[in-house]
Amino acid sequence: MSLSDLLTMRNELLLTFLAMILLTIDLNLNHAKKSWMIPISIGLFLVVTLVGFIPQADQTLFGGMYHTNGLIQLMKNILNIGAFIILLQSASWLKTPANANKISEYFFLLVTTLIGMNFMISSGDFLMLYLGLELATIPIAALAAFTHFNTKSSEAGIKLLLSSALSSGILLYGISMIYGTCGSIYFDAIGAAYANVPLQVLAFIFFFTGMAFKISLVPFHLWTADVYEGAPINVTSYLSVISKGAAAFILIIVMFTVFKTLAPLYKNMIYLIAVLTMTVGNLFAMRQKNMKRFLAFSSIAQAGFILLGILGTNKMGMTSVVYFVLVYIFSNLGAFGVVSAISAKTGKEYMDDYDGLYLTNPKLSLLMMLSMFSLAGIPPVAGFFGKMFLFTSAASGGYYWLVFIAVLNATISLYYYLLVVKAMFINKNEQPIAFFHSDGYTKVGLMLCALGIFVLGFWSQVYEFINGLTFGI
Amino acid sequence: MNILTLFVVIPVLTVAGILFTKDLKQSRLVSAIGMTAQLILSAILVYLYVTERQAGNMAPMLFTFDALWFPALNIHYAVGVDGISVAMIALTGVVVFAGIFASWKMEFLSREFFISLILLATGVFGFFISLDLFTMFLFYEIAVIPMYLLIGIWGSGPKEYSAMKLTLMLMGGSALLMVGILGIYFYSVPTGGQLTFNVLEIAKHKIPIEMQRFLFPFTFVGFGILGALFPFHTWSPDGHASAPTAVSMLHAGVLMKLGGYGAFRVAIFLMPEAAHEQAWIFIILTSISVVYGAFGAIFQKDLKYINAYSSVSHCGLVLFAVLMMNQTAFTGAVIQMISHGLMTALFFALIGMIYGRTHTRMINEMGGLMKVIPFLGVVYVIAGLASLGLPGFSGFVAEMTVFFGAYEHVDLFHRVATIVAVSSIVITAVYILRVVGTLLMGPITDKHFLHLEDANWYERLSTITLVIGITFIGMAPLWLSDMIHFSLAPIIAKLATIQLPGM
Repeated sequence: MSLSDLLTMRNELLLTFLAMILLTIDLNLNHAKKSWMIPISIGLFLVVTLVGFIPQADQTLFGGMYHTNGLIQLMKNILNIGAFIILLQSASWLKTPANANKISEYFFLLVTTLIGMNFMISSGDFLMLYLGLELATIPIAALAAFTHFNTKSSEAGIKLLLSSALSSGILLYGISMIYGTCGSIYFDAIGAAYANVPLQVLAFIFFFTGMAFKISLVPFHLWTADVYEGAPINVTSYLSVISKGAAAFILIIVMFTVFKTLAPLYKNMIYLIAVLTMTVGNLFAMRQKNMKRFLAFSSIAQAGFILLGILGTNKMGMTSVVYFVLVYIFSNLGAFGVVSAISAKTGKEYMDDYDGLYLTNPKLSLLMMLSMFSLAGIPPVAGFFGKMFLFTSAASGGYYWLVFIAVLNATISLYYYLLVVKAMFINKNEQPIAFFHSDGYTKVGLMLCALGIFVLGFWSQVYEFINGLTFGI
Repeated sequence: MNILTLFVVIPVLTVAGILFTKDLKQSRLVSAIGMTAQLILSAILVYLYVTERQAGNMAPMLFTFDALWFPALNIHYAVGVDGISVAMIALTGVVVFAGIFASWKMEFLSREFFISLILLATGVFGFFISLDLFTMFLFYEIAVIPMYLLIGIWGSGPKEYSAMKLTLMLMGGSALLMVGILGIYFYSVPTGGQLTFNVLEIAKHKIPIEMQRFLFPFTFVGFGILGALFPFHTWSPDGHASAPTAVSMLHAGVLMKLGGYGAFRVAIFLMPEAAHEQAWIFIILTSISVVYGAFGAIFQKDLKYINAYSSVSHCGLVLFAVLMMNQTAFTGAVIQMISHGLMTALFFALIGMIYGRTHTRMINEMGGLMKVIPFLGVVYVIAGLASLGLPGFSGFVAEMTVFFGAYEHVDLFHRVATIVAVSSIVITAVYILRVVGTLLMGPITDKHFLHLEDANWYERLSTITLVIGITFIGMAPLWLSDMIHFSLAPIIAKLATIQLPGM
């Protein structure tokens, strides 16, 4: 293996390098200068993100365990952009005195999980996939318990750790059966050997269950709300956007390559899970008053929509899933960014606290409204296009009733998204959240989200670019 | 730039202009300039359209412009107009113009109000110029969502409830519509061809009859909800009653027409076979709409509720006419849309102005207003008479044409439905005359009313614009029906090709 071969793994290597540098710098900073870590980390991470956009040839390493191509690179870039925005949004929270000693830990853990996700997406066999998955999950448990003096946060960490351990077990069991029946763990070899044998179907179901835990599909979603509520807001947004997006990416790749022969069989299952996920997520989200829990349940419902694209099992389906995740990152981070900015300044996290926000903080309210509309799929913002294309791909498979159920669910979700809009714009409040200035990082982070929400929809080249890289069964 | 694209660009520029304004005076000035430009543009469009047709241009759609937007899905930004859309655009131009002047004194969050109002108008204009189902749907939703804020923030009464109900029901309608549109897309061409959202392209082929049977109800009901189809009309009275004046005007005047126009342009035009098979179900429902709306109006005491229920009745008549599927009825449907749009906008404007003076909308709390505010009183009588179909006003032309068209069907079912629908005219007369009698005539019931001021200049401008429209159509209906007539040729030709069993 030559050096240039190694450079194929530039994303992973750079991130590893970044993690090491951050630790080294942190050692050499005295206590008063710890906050320097924030600009240093964000700056270096921006470099890594930008490097990802340099074109790269398709390549395979380690005898097929690791491979990369345009699509995979695109997925990594999408995750990087999302992580970058989250880092920006975390700044004002990290500056609070309680976190003074833990700034570099936050960045280190977050970068580590991203390394895992990158390996996971690039994996060419189940071993690499599993390693990546674990590397992506365990540091998040530490992040969820970041404010460990807070009982809820510790609880979130333990809950995440236990439930992901369980799901990993199930996943591994599935992989072992796949190996047992196919004699290989390589995606290509398995894809060719897979047939409609009961044990192989069972293996698939175990694998899917393991992944469903990560994406929090119903009925494997119960850990989500507590973890999301307990974890610090920025970790929650990381979990609900980046973590979920990465799992959705690898799931659709595996479903479209390894298990493509099972497609006629798994479609029925996904149909059912999609309906359940959308509906249950929505019904729970309606009743939430805590903004974090609210966004948690709404993100469960959003995951259900992603399944519509998988159900399309064609090129259009994969394009719409990747596109949707991209749009979803911007929309959801817009919402989380506002919640995080308000929480960092005032500590308020409940929907009632947002009453009358527009009169005091119009810009934050407008961005929140745009994000809500984008999440609900209202034009002209990008969310509309994301949802519309998912529905189109489901309809291309002839699933008109599913489309109908999905759009009805989008309407139900509009109800609770409008509740937030109502709080900010319509409700009266004696003591609204006073006007405050956000710091520069938050502003940049929120502006990136606003830009994404506005531009991605109308800018059809984005969709076309993704469409040039994807594939169908 | 294509003249039709200007219809979207001008409102967007106006919105951008309002963003830089500071207070009510500036924002209403910018809005007024923008919407006056829009009204002038509509007039120019009508003129250009008529000259073009007289010059012998026989293309089904004029001023077309087509740009590929999403190549992978063959989504275009495609615009073009025929006589029907030109008429609807002119209607929208007039109503929006009148609406801006009717909200001249909107003190609370005035910038935001005008921005939302004009965004709504952008959606409506965009909808009427679109030839591509995707952009049509996009504009449809853009037109619906500002309603939530407009009613929720500036409304009255149970505004939060009404706003939520209206938004969710209309979005539920778009759920149905989405299924219909996607289904049409995937069967837009015979197997193997390039799928398209373009209405004209799709109309060249016949969608398989089994799919039509499945998709037609989705599409028709989806649009029908916006057109207040019974039993999905319940958003309408609450929404209209709670909305601020200009929003009621725009919503009842224009937005509800999106339903009728869409049902005609998409549901009937693209799926005539299924439309013909299933028409009887919807004829029953729309007949109920027509009569139920009229009866509903009788029992109301709130002026806005009366007018909202009367809108259900009149918009029901539009859908009723569309379902009759012949030349006369289609013409009647379009004239009824225009006529009702102007009439109901006038009503809501007047109600807003009266409410602004008397601070009540209950008819039994008012009386003798004609003596103190004669201008508004007279205009109210004009609107009322037009609404009950007095010859000389647009309502008469519209209803006569609709009922003539309906009566062309000779079978018992259509006859009964027509007679039921015709009976609504009598009921309309009851509630209109009753309101005019109690509200305007008789002694002045409240001594506070003695010092009311009559209409200001902007109120006069707003109402007179609409009155001119109503009388113009009433006096010179042939001009409008000629314009529509030609544009109905493609759909009539398409209807002629299908087998009509049992007729």
